[in-house]
Amino acid sequence: MIEIPFINLAVIYPEIAIFTASVIVLLVDLFMKGEKQGTLSTITMLGFAAAAIIASRQWFHFETGFSDALIADNFALVFKLLFCAAGVLTLFLSVHYLNREKIFRGEYFFLILSSTVGMMILASANELITAFLGLEVMSVPLYLLAGYDKKKLLSNEAALKYFLMGAFASGILIYGIAFVYGNLGTTNFDEIYRALQGKTLYGEPLLLLGLGLILIGFSFKTAFVPFHSWVPDVYVGTPTPATAFFSIAPKAAGFAILFRLLFKAFAPMMPDITGILWVLAVLTMFAGNLIAIAQRNIKRMLAYSSIAHAGYILIALTTGTADGAKAAILYLLAYTAMNVGAFGIVILLGREGEKDLSIAGYSGLSRRHPIAAAAMALFMFSLAGIPPTAGFIGKFYIFRGAVSAGFIWLAILGVVNSLISVYYYLRVIVIMYMKPEAESDRVITYPLSLMVAIILAAWGTVQIGIFPNSWLNLVRDSVSGFF
Amino acid sequence: MYMAIFILFAIMSIAGAIMVITLKSPVSSAIALIFVLCCIAGLFALMGALFMAALQVIVYAGAIMVLFLFIIMLLNLKDEILGEDEKKVTRVFGSILGIAFLLEIGFFVRRALTVGSESLMYPVPEQFASIEVISTGLFTKFLFAFEITSVLLLVAIIGAIMLSKGEGKTEY
Repeated sequence: MIEIPFINLAVIYPEIAIFTASVIVLLVDLFMKGEKQGTLSTITMLGFAAAAIIASRQWFHFETGFSDALIADNFALVFKLLFCAAGVLTLFLSVHYLNREKIFRGEYFFLILSSTVGMMILASANELITAFLGLEVMSVPLYLLAGYDKKKLLSNEAALKYFLMGAFASGILIYGIAFVYGNLGTTNFDEIYRALQGKTLYGEPLLLLGLGLILIGFSFKTAFVPFHSWVPDVYVGTPTPATAFFSIAPKAAGFAILFRLLFKAFAPMMPDITGILWVLAVLTMFAGNLIAIAQRNIKRMLAYSSIAHAGYILIALTTGTADGAKAAILYLLAYTAMNVGAFGIVILLGREGEKDLSIAGYSGLSRRHPIAAAAMALFMFSLAGIPPTAGFIGKFYIFRGAVSAGFIWLAILGVVNSLISVYYYLRVIVIMYMKPEAESDRVITYPLSLMVAIILAAWGTVQIGIFPNSWLNLVRDSVSGFF
Repeated sequence: MYMAIFILFAIMSIAGAIMVITLKSPVSSAIALIFVLCCIAGLFALMGALFMAALQVIVYAGAIMVLFLFIIMLLNLKDEILGEDEKKVTRVFGSILGIAFLLEIGFFVRRALTVGSESLMYPVPEQFASIEVISTGLFTKFLFAFEITSVLLLVAIIGAIMLSKGEGKTEY
């Protein structure tokens, strides 16, 4: 007789909400005639809103289900809320852009929604196979979003590169999972934790190999150096709103699973692998920041800057403490706000056919478009980590966490990298405010949806920067029960 | 006897895998891949996982590889399109890294046989990889993973339609 496992659907209510919305989007797109962008984006928005409401109501419920394959603790829920926020902001960024580039199709919303389903699974996965499938459900729509602008060669290239790299990463990841399973006989995080008691990583070569391969697999998704080579081309070729989504949500999902994997399942091994993470963090920060200096294209610069930011969050991962996890969540929230804002301005200033993306083209922007220039300056200050913005608060807590955990050198190198990054962020501001106006027939319209996204992002950036207390409370609650 | 058959299948599958990546013509590569998959099916059978062996042959060597061959023939790739691989340096560098990676894995496995030998000595469970065990696992312990695969397939189907739906020429 087969024992039916305890299925607790509550643990996937937010996923169900989003997936339902995605199926409705497909059906409405199929049967509706005429202008449907408004309807489809409303449905998408409602899906995200429903998921966010459900997730916030599950706060402190600590649901588990499906034979402990999934867990909806506060840590998972805060990431689910983050994905909903990123999804909604991306939606606001997209509406105008899709019309301008004349590439609107109903599948766009479906892809954003289904990718979010995968991220949510990844955030609440408590088992390696589930995590792998969550990663795939997240990634496949992302490959398609990269190649969404089918008629552009750059977009085709982005999709192909992303797909091939992602496929290799998945292969490496599943190979690692096989080694871990072969060594411990389980894929469940709690059981892995119990099985690891009294073992050292270097006494178990296959476990070391398995964990290493798993780390490589996830490192591709979060784009740590040296697994970052796909990032610039993919970010440049992808439609800009989708690029904003790429730089935030999948990265956050990758960090969510890395935190759960290293802080929960492999916690007994954590001291053995901090060395590896240390090197990865330093490499990621330096490579991202130094290459970003040389970039002339704003999207490419933001791509390298996103690599560098992953490096800062990696510092928090390396510390292995609750403070580190808190700092990382806070940083991801801040990064969501400021990066969506920066990409919003890039979309606002762009023209049909993805023209006008060179940084030099922004010269003298402050005279003709003072509001856009001021907003861009705010986001650049925040990305550089200058107070009183969200970026400063995020970096402050990350470096403080590193120092209090005894990683003095890592904190120092992080600060050095922050200083390097100031150069290329401030260069954008200098070009906008101090260079003479460029000869340009740039005409800016201020579409409502895009303005909503930029205003929300600016609000988030300033709010986290000036009144961080409520955010710190949220972050503190989100790791409760995790340690 | 067991060891001899194992070594035979192992060598054949590795040789086949090398042929997959070195042969020039895509059709020969695909056929070499079928050969590799059949050898792996043999390895599964050798471990007593008969169901896995059958799946390997039916699903991979049968269904998926036929699709592969079908698509390769539809694309009708000629030598001019495939072209010469000019980047010799990348190729050499890549193979050095690949071999290093392989040796690394081999080193770990070798060490595992000496250091952590105790954990490698799991007895093969009763009815290892039988239909019953796999299906029970799918509908109990891995129920969620099993169900979420359908979402993955839905996304893949939509994506395939989205990408292949004709909408004019690519702009260069």
